[in-house]
Amino acid sequence: MAGNGTARSSGPDVPAILVLEDGTTFRGTAFGADGETFGEMVFNTGMTGYQETLTDPSYCRQIVAMTAPHIGNTGINDEDPESRRIWVSGYVVREPARLASNWRSQRSLDAELRAQGVTGIAITGTRALTRHLRERGAMRAGIATGTTDSGALRERVLASPQMTGADLAREVSTDAAYTVSPPDGVGVRYRVAAVDLGIKAATPLAMARLGCQVTVLPAASTADEILSGGPDGVFFSNGPGDPAAAGYAIDAVRGVLARGVPVFGICLGSQLLGRALGLGTYKLRFGHRGVNQPVKDLATGQVQITSHNHGFAVAMPDGAAAGTTFATDFGPAQITHVNLNDGVVEGLRLLDRPAFSVQYHPEAAPGPHDAAGLFAKFCALMDGARGGAHAQA
Amino acid sequence: MPRREDLRSVLVIGSGPIVIGQACEFDYSGTQACRVLMQEGIRVSLVNSNPATIMTDPEFADATYVEPITRDVLEKVIAKERPDAVLPTLGGQTALNAAVDLHESGILAKYGVELIGAGIETIRAGEDRKRFKDIVTGLGSEVPRSHICHTMDDCLAATADLGYPVVIRPSFTLGGSGSGIARSETELRRLAGAGLDASPVTEVLLEESILGWKEFELELMRDRHDNVVVVCSIENIDPMGVHTGDSVTVAPAMTLTDREYQHMRDVAIAVVRAVGVDTGGCNIQFAVNPRTGRMVVIEMNPRVSRSSALASKATGFPIAKIAARLAIGYTLDEIRNDITGETPASFEPALDYVVVKVPRFAFEKFPGADPELTTHMKSVGEAMAIGRSFPEALQKALRSLENRAAPFSWDGPPGDREELLARCAVPHDGRMSTVHQALRAGATVADVAGVTGIDPWFVDQIQAIEEIAQRLAEAPAPARPGPELDTAALWTAKRAGFSDAQIGQLKDLPEDQVRLLRHAFGIRPVYLTVDTCAAEFAARTPYLYSTYDEQTEVPPGGAPKVIILGSGPNRIGQGIEFDYACVHASFALTAAGYETVMVNCNPETVSTDYDTSGRLYFEPLTLEDVLEVVHAEQQSGPVAGVIVQLGGQTPLGLSRALAAEGVPVVGTSPEAIHLAEDRGEFGAVLEAAGLPAPRYGTALSYDEAKVVADEIGYPVLVRPSYVLGGRGMEIVYDDATLEDYVGRAAAASPGHPVLIDRFLDDAIEIDVDALYDGEELFLGGVMEHIEEAGIHSGDSACALPPITLGRADIARIRESTEAIARGVGVRGLLNVQYAMAAGVLHVLEANPRASRTVPFVSKATATPLAKAAARIMMGTSVAGLRAEGILPATGDGGTLPLDAPIAVKEAVLPFGRFRDARGQGVDTVLGPEMRSTGEVMGIDEAFGTAYAKSQAAVYGPLPVKGRVFVSVANRDKRSMVFPVKRLADLGFEIWATEGTGEVLRRNGVRATIVRKHSDGPGPGDEPDIVARILAGQVDLIVNTPFGSPGQSGPRLDGYEIRTAAVRRGVPCVTTVQGLGAAVQGIEAIQRGEVGVRSLQEYAARLRAVPVRGDTPPDRPGTAS
Ligand SMILES: Nc1ncnc2c1ncn2[C@@H]1O[C@H](COP(=O)(O)OP(=O)(O)O)[C@@H](O)[C@H]1O
Ligand SMILES: Nc1ncnc2c1ncn2[C@@H]1O[C@H](COP(=O)(O)OP(=O)(O)O)[C@@H](O)[C@H]1O
Ligand SMILES: [Mg+2]
Ligand SMILES: [Mg+2]
Repeated sequence: MAGNGTARSSGPDVPAILVLEDGTTFRGTAFGADGETFGEMVFNTGMTGYQETLTDPSYCRQIVAMTAPHIGNTGINDEDPESRRIWVSGYVVREPARLASNWRSQRSLDAELRAQGVTGIAITGTRALTRHLRERGAMRAGIATGTTDSGALRERVLASPQMTGADLAREVSTDAAYTVSPPDGVGVRYRVAAVDLGIKAATPLAMARLGCQVTVLPAASTADEILSGGPDGVFFSNGPGDPAAAGYAIDAVRGVLARGVPVFGICLGSQLLGRALGLGTYKLRFGHRGVNQPVKDLATGQVQITSHNHGFAVAMPDGAAAGTTFATDFGPAQITHVNLNDGVVEGLRLLDRPAFSVQYHPEAAPGPHDAAGLFAKFCALMDGARGGAHAQA
Repeated sequence: MPRREDLRSVLVIGSGPIVIGQACEFDYSGTQACRVLMQEGIRVSLVNSNPATIMTDPEFADATYVEPITRDVLEKVIAKERPDAVLPTLGGQTALNAAVDLHESGILAKYGVELIGAGIETIRAGEDRKRFKDIVTGLGSEVPRSHICHTMDDCLAATADLGYPVVIRPSFTLGGSGSGIARSETELRRLAGAGLDASPVTEVLLEESILGWKEFELELMRDRHDNVVVVCSIENIDPMGVHTGDSVTVAPAMTLTDREYQHMRDVAIAVVRAVGVDTGGCNIQFAVNPRTGRMVVIEMNPRVSRSSALASKATGFPIAKIAARLAIGYTLDEIRNDITGETPASFEPALDYVVVKVPRFAFEKFPGADPELTTHMKSVGEAMAIGRSFPEALQKALRSLENRAAPFSWDGPPGDREELLARCAVPHDGRMSTVHQALRAGATVADVAGVTGIDPWFVDQIQAIEEIAQRLAEAPAPARPGPELDTAALWTAKRAGFSDAQIGQLKDLPEDQVRLLRHAFGIRPVYLTVDTCAAEFAARTPYLYSTYDEQTEVPPGGAPKVIILGSGPNRIGQGIEFDYACVHASFALTAAGYETVMVNCNPETVSTDYDTSGRLYFEPLTLEDVLEVVHAEQQSGPVAGVIVQLGGQTPLGLSRALAAEGVPVVGTSPEAIHLAEDRGEFGAVLEAAGLPAPRYGTALSYDEAKVVADEIGYPVLVRPSYVLGGRGMEIVYDDATLEDYVGRAAAASPGHPVLIDRFLDDAIEIDVDALYDGEELFLGGVMEHIEEAGIHSGDSACALPPITLGRADIARIRESTEAIARGVGVRGLLNVQYAMAAGVLHVLEANPRASRTVPFVSKATATPLAKAAARIMMGTSVAGLRAEGILPATGDGGTLPLDAPIAVKEAVLPFGRFRDARGQGVDTVLGPEMRSTGEVMGIDEAFGTAYAKSQAAVYGPLPVKGRVFVSVANRDKRSMVFPVKRLADLGFEIWATEGTGEVLRRNGVRATIVRKHSDGPGPGDEPDIVARILAGQVDLIVNTPFGSPGQSGPRLDGYEIRTAAVRRGVPCVTTVQGLGAAVQGIEAIQRGEVGVRSLQEYAARLRAVPVRGDTPPDRPGTAS
């Protein structure tokens, strides 16, 4: 039973501090690597999936606080990471596990954070922190271990970069293209070009299972580069940063739309589609980060419990209400999904062209699988575009 | 989708009496359902035989039938009410089984009534274990291998395939009754036999054992638009093999990765869809192999359950309330989340705290019952606690149990490591502390996990608690303030849930000393909100729990507040009746303009519904926890008073200490409470009032005891002086038994004297509930017991109004009760127990608090006693309440009109659930120690019919023909002749044992003599009586215990007979008085006099019905 009863975190408690840009300070003990780190302070309400969360590139340059108190209970294994490394710039928890217990566990979370040089802090007031962010909004923060000098740290927090205006997709993206093929026994039915703006491992796999041969391309790829291989469809992934700052990607989306090739975007990909259609994007006060967000499909009236990780969102087009049609350079479009908690736009589609997107994560990981059907919908769209050549059984 | 307009009238079926496996969680769900339906303007009719429930209050339904939940009663109600639909999914297994029966007997079709909540096919698919397994495997998921068996031979064959140990599980039973784990053929024959009997469809499932796997539960909801949400995941700390009702459980699940959890979620949703639960809640259990991750589905309940009540309290997501809305057609997205007021119910709660539930057992009440925990639920109640970490929640939960032995302890050496590990290996009450002691004794986390199958993560958390304790113990005594370390160590300990008492133990300081230091260091808990969303949105409902964290969330208070202390976990002697009183107080005081604050830790109850009171604190009811709540509330605004009189002995026991700390205890003063509780002081009060009481004395040794006994004369009633609920009481007839008893008592609790009372033979026991405001006495009700004194008031049946007491008696009772109320200084409720012997009215005891019978009396007389009591405690007079119409304008429960209906309360005993280690049943003889778990009420025009109904509600209908077996103690032989003769005249065939038979024959009653069990089978192996009972040849049993009631070490024949009766479910009368009543009942049924009438109809006759407005309107935002 790998991991069971093993991997106890070591050493006496080292003091550490968490300081927000507004000066709010939390004192606690060091967790993970020693040192100092900065980023945008956000909270995640998921009760499972810390390993997937840590390795989600969309968390690049963010310090993530988990609202669930006990983190690390099931340790770390080599099957669940969503990318090649941990991306969060800092990690805030309340009760780090002393012992990892799970039949798949290979090492402890603490050991993994140290190994990857990720600095974290264990504080009592994770709820107080969450309420503060809920009221004041996400803001910059810093963690420092082995010190109690909050003043000095705050200075450096104020000097650290803002999230608004940050283009981070290129930072997290793959430098070279690579391909994910369908598993044994599943034939290749579609060729998909997936633009990696911070893609998670689960995404190409989900498409591959449906018979997609997925070529994952660097974030900066142009429309021509994306379409050079003549893909049946183009996928724009999730990713970190401010969509407004990723003009190159917006151009790519427009280019692809212009050729009428089927497009599917999620999260940042959805925001880019929105901008490509001329809609605005804006920064949410504290974002949606969790696995319990109710999203309503306006066409069916069905509600799905979905996995979210975004700080920016598509603005409701002026005049248009959810469900109503509005005009774009690429023909009429619709808002197809909304978040029932706060009415945020969660889905878009073009009516005359094969393009749609959602703000949430059909690949889940972590989170519920309610929206997994969207990948099949993308395949159907590709079938349609080919005049149903490979119409699905 | 808006709600269905075609539903105008709905019949809700309740769950009947509280029994092990089906407790007040169904009062909670039923009450929520009734409230929702009434808010929707639907006519609600309700059938539930349990008078102690809040749902059976006239104000929660348009027509409340406190009648047996039997087919014919339900048909009568349906015929009378003609509802559009029946809602059976909120009344537990009882209601579900009743619904199936209504369907199968064609009654639903006959009256064109629809089942809502779950259709018949869904119920079958969920409850029929075989069909359920086929559905699950059909979905490509796994279940344990198994075989369905209908005979013992099937069982043997199946075991040949599955091998031992094998799990036996009957279909359509509840709380695992009749189930178990067989490790050998003998055990198999025993358990499978019992299982086949227990199953209404004589069907058991034999199943591959997966003992030791991790056990999980998911609570789901689905609406008619196919939206599904998982409300909560619950992990059982005790692995597979211990019923979830008996396991220590934690929410959310702690040891699953997201992949594993989402897989479980996917399977659960697929199962719910396949089974077809389409408008409501359900619960699905899973087992996971800790070594391979292999996951199997154990079972589902297509209804709300104990776990869904727990999940509702754990998350703030009110499953039953929402299930009721879904049942009438709403969809999840149309229903608002009450807690946030903004977000919809179509979401999955996110917790930023940990919830732990611990079971409460009552083995001490059933000497001989096998205390090993297994697949068959044995606990009688539970406590839940919330903390920001597992250790904090666990330690709060353990102290919520109010069982000295439950919390982790550091007093004395832990004991031998090996011996402790061996004990951990066998699931038992208190296993968590055994685990802790084993760790103290040097066992490693791996050792403990190895022998128990408890996940190492949990064991390590207990290890962490132990390490914190050690650090605290080593830290310099906090008595010397200053050093950072002290406060640091103290903070750490409090964060890990240590009580001041535990810290005192470690630092060898008195608890109050620790409290002083703690406050001096400014170490106090904050109160955080159960908000369903981990603080992502603001919460508007003050549902709070204490934790040593940052930033308290107690909202500022406006109106003066009244804090009501609840009664904690259900236990025998203190159950739902007290929750009823607390909830009523809350409603009444809210209506009177106060802000009410409820403090309780029992997740099953209505009092812990965030809808019930202005504020809810989910907290242990210890002095420390209560003082902190009071402090927090005083910080937030004026506190007008704290009520300790309604939650039973638990809060009552705190009253003095609270007052000593300056807490404004209202109602009867702590000093007055002491006057009534202290034997000597109370004696003086009676003396002064010139009221006779049984002579008594106290003794520390046998010699002293003998002196007392000789002086007052045998028989005597002996009891330890320090316990309640009749614990350890026995009736002693001779020196030998007395010596033995005193010996045992002295051993059990050295230094505590034994109380010795003159035992009043052949005395009529009378229970009185009254209100006193200092001026006027309001006699709530006078209950005449059917069994004679000597059988605990909680266990004996009683009638109200009294059936044989005359005006003069009642007048005397009124004077005596008033004298006691005045003498003690009662403000509010008073319960007095009298014994009328040879025309003399003796006072047995007085309880200056709400009693078990308050709800019964309130319903029988249509008078809200608990509401009135709460108002009196806050200073209103009886006269004032009469003027307000809360109490009748004139008269009281002692002056009921002659045509008033007669209500009979009957106790429900759990004997059927217990077996000793050899699998024999435990005896059903009643005595002075209370052992019932619940009660029912039968109400009708005449005593006979009312009694018959009460019996029907407990055992199923009394027989109207067939065979009666009679075997009584010598002292009963005279008095049984007449009633038995009457039975013969009514057409019953009489069987009797020799002695009894002879007496009957001499009195001209034809009786067939049958062999005693002790005679064994006769020539041509003529079966003995026990065999005949088990063979189903007997329809009614009359068996009064030989020797004396309550005598320990029962005479075997009676014992065998009564346990056989329990096992076969044959009505068994154990007192002559009961026999007389049964005969009247049978006559009434034969005359076909049994009809149904709602409380509202009776009330209309007694006085104006309490107006619907009595229910505080739900807080804005609860409506969808
Ligand atoms: N195959 C099995 N092997 C071992 N234990 C089992 C098995 N099936 C059930 N159990 C245990 O028995 C308990 C009761 O079984 P369950 O199916 O839940 O019946 P109930 O309807 O009484 O809840 C479960 O909580 C579990 O701990
Ligand atoms: N002196 C007595 N004679 C006969 N029966 C008694 C006497 N005292 C108590 N009992 C019986 O014992 C039961 C329990 O005694 P009680 O004093 O009421 O204890 P508890 O506090 O458990 O209610 C009573 O209900 C009554 O039936
Ligand atoms: Mg179960
Ligand atoms: Mg009593």
